[in-house]
Amino acid sequence: MTAAPERRPERPALDIEAIRRDFPILQQQVHGQPLAYLDNAATSQKPAAVIEAVSRYYREDNANIHRAVHTLADRATAAYEGAREKVRRFINAGSSREVVFTRGATEAINLVAASFGQRLREGDEILVSHLEHHANIVPWQQLCERTGATLRVIPMTATGELDLADLDGLINERTRLVSVVHVSNVFGTINPVERIVEAAHAREIPVLLDGAQATPHAPVDVQSLGCDFYVFSGHKMYGPTGIGVLYGREALLETMPPYQTGGDMIRTVSFEGTEFNELPFRFEAGTPNIAGAVGLGAAVDYLEGVGLERIAAREQELLAYGTQALESVEGLSIVGTAPRKAAVLSFVVEDMHPGDMGTILDHQGVAVRTGHHCAMPAMQFLGLPGTTRASLAFYNTFEEVDRLVKALAFAREVLG
Amino acid sequence: MQIEGQDFIAGFVPEALRDREPAPAIVETQERIAAEFEFLGDWAERYKYIVDLGRKLPPFPEEHRTEANRLHGCQSQVWLHTRMHDGRLQIRATSDAAIVSGLIALVLRVYDDHAPEAILVSPPEFIGRIGLASHLSPTRSNGLHAMIQAIRNHALEAIAPG
Repeated sequence: MTAAPERRPERPALDIEAIRRDFPILQQQVHGQPLAYLDNAATSQKPAAVIEAVSRYYREDNANIHRAVHTLADRATAAYEGAREKVRRFINAGSSREVVFTRGATEAINLVAASFGQRLREGDEILVSHLEHHANIVPWQQLCERTGATLRVIPMTATGELDLADLDGLINERTRLVSVVHVSNVFGTINPVERIVEAAHAREIPVLLDGAQATPHAPVDVQSLGCDFYVFSGHKMYGPTGIGVLYGREALLETMPPYQTGGDMIRTVSFEGTEFNELPFRFEAGTPNIAGAVGLGAAVDYLEGVGLERIAAREQELLAYGTQALESVEGLSIVGTAPRKAAVLSFVVEDMHPGDMGTILDHQGVAVRTGHHCAMPAMQFLGLPGTTRASLAFYNTFEEVDRLVKALAFAREVLG
Repeated sequence: MQIEGQDFIAGFVPEALRDREPAPAIVETQERIAAEFEFLGDWAERYKYIVDLGRKLPPFPEEHRTEANRLHGCQSQVWLHTRMHDGRLQIRATSDAAIVSGLIALVLRVYDDHAPEAILVSPPEFIGRIGLASHLSPTRSNGLHAMIQAIRNHALEAIAPG
């Protein structure tokens, strides 16, 4: 081990101690040690403001939305639609008609695969990348099996980046959709999605961006990205589980058939036929996760209160510190070394299985993720059974990074 | 702590074996393991010992390292092969992870080379007793649960009529 890296001063503008007090779950001990929660890419913790918003909704406002004329129904509808407007502003969508609530990013992708996917025919192609989470592979694979379309893959490099050398060859006259990850959950790589959007749009091919790992960490503007679909999950951006978003360009959503059918997504129903509701309700059959949407709206408020720019800056400091600190650990290699990264540190340590490492770290109160991170193709490409992943959020501290490094040294001692 | 081990096998014991007492030899081995672990100090000492046991695991026959023998639902890779010999279930297993290898060594010490009926009526109580009960939880994706379940399934198949 070399000397510990020099610590950068905390930005006075962001009071981390105060921020940590906003997250009740961080105040606990695990195995007798203060919890160092470094698994934020799996799910982030929730500030009290989100927990209270969900609780308050159920205590004070709960009713079904969009239908009844009583007061609670009005309040519940206002809360739900208010959350949609907050999300619209958060991603700078042109209209709230373009913001569809889903269960999460996974359901949003499945929605597009089921609905937009109906236009696919044998011989058509869908282009994904080698860096994708399984959620952006399997729905397309299944769609290809149903339709006879072909799944094509943008290759990756050993540094965990996209290899775009042959992008113009991969996007061709058979391509019907390009669906790529904005920020890699395994490596943290921030992909040059603008370039992909440009190449696809040159052929008038729509692009879906999986933003599950992007929205918690930096401002996202779907209009400046120019994408046609953008999907993300509430729970990874300090909101509740079970709520997520499909952003879809209005003109494109208008051409898409419903995904699920039932109540709330209809205008008129008779036994002769059904007229569907307008956007975005057409894609929200049944009573939605109202409390989840309210919680997501509160998460947006919280993030905007702290400031996405400040969050991004703070996390880049943690990333730089963590990268340097981990590089000092003997036998450790960081997997994923793109120049533009979110605060994700995937790594392997010589002669130490990630599963063993995770167990020993847990006993020291350090929560990391180990395994294939739902991205088996990327792991297979690198010839790794898995990695250990420390994914940092702005509420993490330099001390927690130091504890990770110490815990790794102790894991070496225990595992021999 | 032992309750988890008991719960784990609930419903897995065939009707004909329900009244049988746990096999004395298996119980005794588990007692001995529990006694050994009592001598060990904190969690780190226990894991060091487990890792050490894993290193001494007999080599796994390479021809059995097949996809069919691989157990799923674990973060580490685990291969398990059994065969019946003289009315006893012979068990071989291996893993690419050190802790799981040690757990395999313990499991084999308890169950290897016993009659399938004896295996089925003898729950893995030692796991709770050595302070590793959380390892047995089906949600813990480290392979111990999958391994014990596989051994029990193999034992069930071995006594299945026909």
